[in-house]
Amino acid sequence: MIGGILSLELLSSALRMSVPLTFASLGGVFSERGGVVNIALEGIMLVGAFGAVVGTYFTNNPWVGLLTAMLFGFLIALIHAVVSITFRINQIISGTALNIMATGLTTFLSRLIFKAAGSSPHIEGMVQWRFPGTNWQISPLIVIMFAVIIISQIVIFKTRYGLRLRACGENPYAADSLGIDVIRMRYSGVLISGILGGLGGAFLSLEHARVFVEGMTTGRGFIALAGMIFGRWTPLGSFSACFLFGLAEALRMRLEGFGIPTQFIQMIPYIVTMCVLIGVVGRAVAPAYDGIPFEK
Amino acid sequence: MVEYILETRGITKHFPGVLANDNVEIKIRQGEIHSIIGENGAGKTTLMNIIYGLIRPDRGEIFYKGKKVEISNPSVAIRLGIGMVHQHFMLVPPFTVWENIVLGKEITRRGVLDKASICSELRRLMDSYGLSVPLEEKVEDLSVGIRQKVELIKLLYRGAELLILDEPTALLVPQEIEELFEILENLKKQGKTIIFISHKLKEVLRISDRITVMRRGKVVGEVEGRTADEETLARLMIGKTLESPQLEAYERGEEVLRLEGVRLLPRLKNINLTLYKGEILGLAGIEGNGQKELLEIITGLLTPESGKVFYKNREVQHLDPRSLREIGIGFIPEDRQTTGLILDFTVAENIILGRHYKEPYSIRGKLNLPVIKKTAVDIVKEYDIRTSTVDKYVRFLSGGNQQKVILGRELYSEPELLIASQPTRGLDVGATEMIHNLLLSARKKGMAILLYSSDLDEIMTLSDRIAVIYNGEIVGILSPKEIDEATLGLYMTGARKD
Repeated sequence: MIGGILSLELLSSALRMSVPLTFASLGGVFSERGGVVNIALEGIMLVGAFGAVVGTYFTNNPWVGLLTAMLFGFLIALIHAVVSITFRINQIISGTALNIMATGLTTFLSRLIFKAAGSSPHIEGMVQWRFPGTNWQISPLIVIMFAVIIISQIVIFKTRYGLRLRACGENPYAADSLGIDVIRMRYSGVLISGILGGLGGAFLSLEHARVFVEGMTTGRGFIALAGMIFGRWTPLGSFSACFLFGLAEALRMRLEGFGIPTQFIQMIPYIVTMCVLIGVVGRAVAPAYDGIPFEK
Repeated sequence: MVEYILETRGITKHFPGVLANDNVEIKIRQGEIHSIIGENGAGKTTLMNIIYGLIRPDRGEIFYKGKKVEISNPSVAIRLGIGMVHQHFMLVPPFTVWENIVLGKEITRRGVLDKASICSELRRLMDSYGLSVPLEEKVEDLSVGIRQKVELIKLLYRGAELLILDEPTALLVPQEIEELFEILENLKKQGKTIIFISHKLKEVLRISDRITVMRRGKVVGEVEGRTADEETLARLMIGKTLESPQLEAYERGEEVLRLEGVRLLPRLKNINLTLYKGEILGLAGIEGNGQKELLEIITGLLTPESGKVFYKNREVQHLDPRSLREIGIGFIPEDRQTTGLILDFTVAENIILGRHYKEPYSIRGKLNLPVIKKTAVDIVKEYDIRTSTVDKYVRFLSGGNQQKVILGRELYSEPELLIASQPTRGLDVGATEMIHNLLLSARKKGMAILLYSSDLDEIMTLSDRIAVIYNGEIVGILSPKEIDEATLGLYMTGARKD
C-alpha cells in the first residue's frame, strides 16, 4: 500500500497541486515585502479561476482565459490597493471584504453567464507541452511557474526595484526620506500579487477541473499565505512550502478509497498547514512594517 | 560679504493647535557648524523637516546658495545637496550597511544591483572622509554610534554639502559623542556645512561656530559660539533661569531591596545590587545591556532563571506585579504610552488602574465611580496635572501631563520602593524639572528609588549612587560627586570595571 502511495506519480501530482498555491504565495511575497498584507488572495484566486473560464468560454482559447484571469486578479488587487494604501483602511478588513465580494460576484456572474447554478460548462484546457524527443508532457503553466519563481527571487533580492520594495516593507519612513515613492512601490507590490494570484486561480479551473465551480478555491489563498510565511517571505522558500502543502493534497487524493472516512482525509492539507504554522510561529520574522499603513 | 549657503525667510507652519514655526529666519554660512537649540516643541525639528522637504511650510521662502528654491520633497533637497540625519535613524535594520547607503541611488548593471562597484565606490568615499563602517554587516547588529556613521555616509554618498543632524548625540555615550565631534570637525575642514540640532548646551558650546536659539516657534537669538556661555543660552532658550536640583544630604537608611545573583539569559548574567531607604540609586547603561530586563524582574513582569530578589528581607522573585504593588513597589515604565497608560481610558480610569479592584474603589466587583472621581480630582490637583476634567482621554494630554498621571498614580499610594525607568524621556525642560522635584520630594519622605535613565546628566544630578550595568552585570557602583561623565562612559562601554 505504501509503495502505491509514494511514487513518482505522487510527486508529479504534488507538483500539480502546488502550482496554484505557489503562484498565490509568490503574489503574497510581493505584496507583503512592500508592506501590505494581502489576505484578499483567496478572493483573487477565485476571480482568477472564474476569469480563466470566462475568457476561454468566449474565445475557445485558454491563453485568452489566462490573460482574463490575470486581469480579474489585477482588478481585485487594485481595489485592495486603493482601499488599504491610499485610504489607509485596515488591510485585514479590506481583504476580508474583498474575499466575501469575490465569492458573491463570481457566483452571481457565473449563473448569469452560464445560466446554471453550481458550475460552468466544461471548457477546453491548455495544450500540454511535450518535452522534445520524449513522450513527457507538462502544463505550460508549470513551466511559467518555475520561470516566475526564479525571476521573483532575482527581482526581490538582486535588483533596484526589489531593494526599494523591501525597504518600503521594512521601514517606509527611511525609504520616504531617501526620495522613494512609498505609495507607488506598495501599489506595485499589491498589483503584482493580483496578477500572480489570478494565475494561480487560472490553474485551478483551466488545468485541474476544466470547469469553474462556485467557491472552488476552498481556502487555498490562505494556505498560500501560510506557505509564504513558512517560506520566510522568499520566492524559493514559498515554493518549497507550497510543494509540501501540494504533497499533502496529493496524499489526500491518494488516500481516498482506503476506507478512512473522507471527512478526515479531506482535512489533511489544512491540518498540515496548521502544524507547519505552529512550528514556524516566532521564528519567521515578517517585514517590520507589514500590515501598517504608511502615513506621512 | 558673508556667503550664506542657506537662508530662510518668514517660514511659518501651523499644526492643529500649535504654531510650530513663526516667521523663522535663519542664516547658515558656508562651511560652518551652526547649532540650532531650543526646548522640545521649540520648532527646531519642524524647521529642519521643512528645509529637507518632508513637510511644506504655510508661508516663507528658502534660499540655497543665494537662489530661491522650492523644496517640495526630500528628493529635491538631496538633489540640491542637503542631507539630513534624523533623530530616529532612517535605516532599514535587516538590510546590510551598503544596501542602506545606496537605497534610492543604486548602481546597477543590466538591472541588477552591482555590488562590486557599489562597495568600491563606498570604500573610496570612506577613505576620503576618514570614516569607516562594516559594509557587509546588517544594520540591526550595529551599535548606535556606528549606525550614525552609516547615516553620515549615506548623506556624503549623495553628495550632500549641507548636513543637518537632528539631536545626533541623544543616544550616544560620551566617547561616541567625542568621536562624532571629531568627524564633524573633519567634515567642516573638507568644506561641508553642518547644522547641529540639540538642547544640550555643553555640546553646543563645544562644537559650534554660531548658535541660533529658538523658543516657541520663534528665533529668539543668534550668538557666536566663541563668546556664548551656558547661562545666557539657557535663559534665551527657556525664557527664565533654571536652577539645577540639589540633593540634600541623607543618611543611609535600612535596606529595602537586595538582588543576589539574579540571572536571566541572554541579557542578565549576574546582578547583585542593594538599595536603601531614602536614596536614589541611578542605573546607567547603554540600551540593551540588561537594564530593561532587570527592572522587569524587580517589578514582577519577568521571573529570573536563578538568583533571589529580596524586598524588605522577603523573597519576592516569584510574585506577580499585582502582589508586588500590594506590598509597596511602584513602577514608572519606560514607555508611558504603551506600558504606562491606556491612552483611550480617561485620566480618572488611568489613575485608578492597579487598585481598581480594591475597596473603596470597587465594592463587590462594581466600580465605585464617585470615589474614583474624587480620588482622581485630588491627584490631578496635587500633581498639577493640566487637564480640563478627569474624564478626558489621556491620549489628548501632553507628554508631560501624561507622565504626571503615571507619577500621581504611583506616588499616591506611597510605595516604599519606586522603580522609575526613563521618567523624563521626551519631556521639555519645564516638565522635566517638575518630575525631578517630585522624585526628590519622594526621596525626602524616605522612599527608595531606582532610577534608570539614558540621560547621563539626569543620572549625575539626581543619584546618590550610580550603578553601571554592562553586558548583564553591574560593573561598578560609583559616586556622582567623584566621577565625571567620561569616566561613567568608560564603565558603560565596558572599558572599565571594578
